[in-house]
Amino acid sequence: MTAYNVKVNGRSENVDVLPDTPLLWVLRDNLGLTGTKFGCGIAMCGACTVFLDGKPLRSCSFPVSAVGNREVTTIEGLSGREAAAIQRAWIARDVPQCGYCQSGQVMSAVALLKEVKRPTDRDIDLAMNGNLCRCATYVRIRAAIKDAARALGA
Amino acid sequence: MPHEPPRLSRRTAFKAMTGLVLGVYLKPGSSMAQSGAAQILRPDGSIAGFAPNAFVRIGSDDMVTVLVKHIEFGQGPFTGLATLVAEELDADWSRVRAEHAPADANLYKNLLFGMQGTGGSTAIANSYEQMRKAGAAARAMLVEAAAQSWRVPPTEITIERGILRHAKSNRQGRFGQFAEAAAKLPVPADPPLKDASKFRLIGREGAVKKLDVPAKTTGTAQFTIDIREPGMLTVVVAHPLRFGSKVASFDAAQARAVPGVVDVKQIPSGVAIYADSTWPALKAREALKVTWDERAAERRSSSQLIDEYRAMSRQKGTIAGQHGDVDAALAGAERVIEAEFVFPYLAHAPMEPLDGFLRWDGDKAAARLGSQLQTVDQQTIAGVLGLKPEQVSLETMLAGGSFGRRAQPTAHFAAELAGVAKAIGPNRPVKLIWTREDDLRGGYYRPLFVHRLRGAIRDGKIVAWVNTLVGQSFIKGTPFEPMVVKDGIDPVTVEGSRELPYEIPNFRCDVHTPPVGVPTLWWRSVGHTHTGYAVECFIDELLQATGQDPVAGRLALMGKAARAAGVLRAVAQLARWTGPGPFGDRARGVAVVESFDSFIAEIAEVSAGDGGGPKVHKVWCAVDCGVAVNPDVIRAQMEGGIGFGLGHALFAEVRLDEGRPVPGNFDTYRSLRIHEMPEIEVTILRSIEKPTGVGEPGVPPIAPAVANALARLGHNRPRQLPIVRGTV
Repeated sequence: MTAYNVKVNGRSENVDVLPDTPLLWVLRDNLGLTGTKFGCGIAMCGACTVFLDGKPLRSCSFPVSAVGNREVTTIEGLSGREAAAIQRAWIARDVPQCGYCQSGQVMSAVALLKEVKRPTDRDIDLAMNGNLCRCATYVRIRAAIKDAARALGA
Repeated sequence: MPHEPPRLSRRTAFKAMTGLVLGVYLKPGSSMAQSGAAQILRPDGSIAGFAPNAFVRIGSDDMVTVLVKHIEFGQGPFTGLATLVAEELDADWSRVRAEHAPADANLYKNLLFGMQGTGGSTAIANSYEQMRKAGAAARAMLVEAAAQSWRVPPTEITIERGILRHAKSNRQGRFGQFAEAAAKLPVPADPPLKDASKFRLIGREGAVKKLDVPAKTTGTAQFTIDIREPGMLTVVVAHPLRFGSKVASFDAAQARAVPGVVDVKQIPSGVAIYADSTWPALKAREALKVTWDERAAERRSSSQLIDEYRAMSRQKGTIAGQHGDVDAALAGAERVIEAEFVFPYLAHAPMEPLDGFLRWDGDKAAARLGSQLQTVDQQTIAGVLGLKPEQVSLETMLAGGSFGRRAQPTAHFAAELAGVAKAIGPNRPVKLIWTREDDLRGGYYRPLFVHRLRGAIRDGKIVAWVNTLVGQSFIKGTPFEPMVVKDGIDPVTVEGSRELPYEIPNFRCDVHTPPVGVPTLWWRSVGHTHTGYAVECFIDELLQATGQDPVAGRLALMGKAARAAGVLRAVAQLARWTGPGPFGDRARGVAVVESFDSFIAEIAEVSAGDGGGPKVHKVWCAVDCGVAVNPDVIRAQMEGGIGFGLGHALFAEVRLDEGRPVPGNFDTYRSLRIHEMPEIEVTILRSIEKPTGVGEPGVPPIAPAVANALARLGHNRPRQLPIVRGTV
C-alpha cells in the first residue's frame, strides 16, 4: 500500500492504496464519490469519465499513481456555466433512462461545450462516441447538448 | 385485467410501511374504524403524515410519496405509477415523489404474475386501475377530513394541484393539514375514479416530468454498486470458463497475498474473493488459480449449434399453430420461396453489471439489489441461508438497466449473493459485484435460434406459410414451467410466429427446443427478438416476389388485424411513404410487430454505408399502446428500443468457441454509439383501449425494417445476424 495525496473537487485528499489502483476505485471506494460509475474497466464505455485538469479522462484505466498534482473533477464537483446549462438541458429533455451512464455523458458533454461553443453534429459524434448508453438515449443527448449551447448564447 | 382493489387490513398496511423511511414508523388508525389507514409518526410521537393504503403516503409537509412495486431501471414506472396516483388525487406534481415498495408479494404482487416482479412490459398494464384506486381512496379521505373540519358536504369540495377548496365558504387547505384527520377515517372500499375527459396528467403532453431524472443528472441517484456500509466486504467471484463446470480445486496463496484481501472461499458457483475494497478483490481474482472440473460442461461452439439446428429445422417439430393444409398448398404452388434466418446468442449487458448487497446476522437478512423478481429473489436468499422468506427483507434499488437480465426465474444471482454471505459467516455485510467480463461471459443469453420458412405463391397470392423454429427454452426446467408451458410448447419461443397478423389460408408453425448447456433468458422483447425479424423479413420477401408494395401488400392481408393495420397506416403517413425506393443511395424498409399487446410499426431509411455496415439515417415509428399514460416516456421507450434493437442487429453476438463465450467486454461486444443512432420521429395513436406496455415493443420492428430496406438497395435481407459480422 502507498500513500497518495490527490486533489479532487478542490479538496486535498489522502488515500492509502495499491499503486496500480485505478482512479475510479479511489474516487468510489476511498472518497465515497459514487457518482462516477464502473461500466467496463477498459475505457470502452465512458461511464467513469472525470476531468483531469479540465480534460475528460476515463478514470477506470488511469492509475492513481499517475495523477500527481493535477486537479480531478467528478460529477459531484462539476461547476460553471457549461455544467449548469448541460444539466438544465438534460432535465428539461428528460434525457436519462436507467441513468447509470449519465454522469459520464454529462461530463463529456460539459467538456465539449467548454471546447466548442456551438457544436455541430459531427462535433457531438466525436466528443460523445466514447460514452455508451445501453438505453440508447442518444437522440436526447444530442438535442440537449444543442439546447445547452443555445442557452449559453453561443 | 380483473383484480381486487386494494383492501388492506391495518396489520398489512403496518407491515408494508415498516422500515421504509428511517425515523418514521406507523401507528394504526383509530381503534374504532375498520381502517386501512395509518398515521405516520416520527420517533418523538408527532404526526408526520398518513398512509391511506400500501401505495400512498401523504406527509404533513404535503409531500405525496408513491410506493412503486415495479423496479425502475429506465423504463419509467416511478413516473408512470406516480402519475396514476397523482391524477386521481389531483396532486401538485412538484410535491410528488416515488420510491420502491419493499418486497411483499401479498401487497405488491404484479397482478398479472401473482408474485412481485416486473417484466413483459406490464408495469402500467397491471397497475392502471390499482394505482388510480389507491390515489382515489386517498383523495376521498382527504376530502372527507376537510368536509368534517369545515362542516360542509364533501361533494362541494374540489381539489386542484394539491389544494382542497370549498368555494362557497371560500376556504382552502393543503393535503398536509388534513393528513392527521384523514388517517382516522375508514378507507373507502371502492372509491370512484375520474372520467378520462377530466384527466389532467394522464395522456397530457408535458404534464409531468420524470421523477428520477434530476438525481440521475447530478450523479446523486443511488444504485446498488454505490452502497457503502461500515464493515462491508466487496466480493467478486471467479466463475468457470465453460457453462456446467465446477470447481475441482483452487490455490489462493497469491490471491490472499494481495493487500486488502480478507478471505477466499469456495461457493457453489465458483470461488469468492472478499476484500476491503474493489481493486484488491479484482487483482486477487487475477492471481487466483482455479482448476475446473469440466466433465459436465457444454463444449459446443456456436457454429456447431447452428449446424445442428439447421439440420433439425428440416424435421417437423412440435406444432405451435396451424390452419388449412400447408402440405397440399406447397405441393400445388407455382413457386415456393425458402429462407433461413440464424440468430446469435445475445447478452443484455446493462450498463450496471449485476450486483447486490446483503447483511445477514444468522437470524435475519436484509438484501438490497436491483431485483426484478423480488418474490423469487427473497425466497431464494431465505432458502440458501436457512431462513423463512419473512426473515429476509429486500430493498429494491434503482438499477442501471436490465433488459430482462435481472428477472431470473432461477434467481442465480440472489443465490450467489446469499452463498457469498453464508460462506464467510454471519455479521459480515457483503457487496457482490460482477464485472463486465462476468456479465458477458456469464450466460443467461437471448437464445441462439434458427428459423426455416417456406412460402407458397399461387396466382400472385401467398397461399401457404410454414415456419420451423429451433432454439432453447429458458422456461422449461424452471419454477415457471408449470405456469407457462402448455402442451409441450413454451409460448415465449414462438410468440410472434405461431400467429400472424396476416391472413394466409394455409399456415403451420412448429418448434424444436433442444437442450443445450448454455443458460438462456428473456431479453428485451423476448421471442419477438427473433420471430419479429423472421416473420417481417419473410413477408416482405414474399410481397416483393409478388410485386406488391410493402405497406399496401401488408394492409391487404390485415383484414383481421385492425390495430396492427392502424399503426402501419400511421407510420406510412408520418414518413410520407411513397414506396420502398431506392431513392438515390437510400431505400426504405417497413416492419410491424405486435408484442405485449402493443402495436408498433417502424419505417427505416437506410443506405449501404461506407464499409462499416449499413447506415440508418432515420426511423419513423407509430405506436398504439392503448391509453398513453405518459406520452414522453412512451416516445423515450420507442427511441431507446429502436437504438437497442438496431445496435444488436448490426453488431452484437456472443459467439461460443468450444463452449467458451468469446466476447468479454465492450471492445468485442459491440454496442450502438451516438454516431450510429438514427434520427427518430414517433407518433402515438390516440386510443381508449386499456394501456399496454412500451418497455419492449419498440425493439422488434427495427431490425427487419433495416433488412427490408437493404433488400431494396440490392443487398439480400441478412440471413444471419448480426448484420455486420466479425468486426469490432
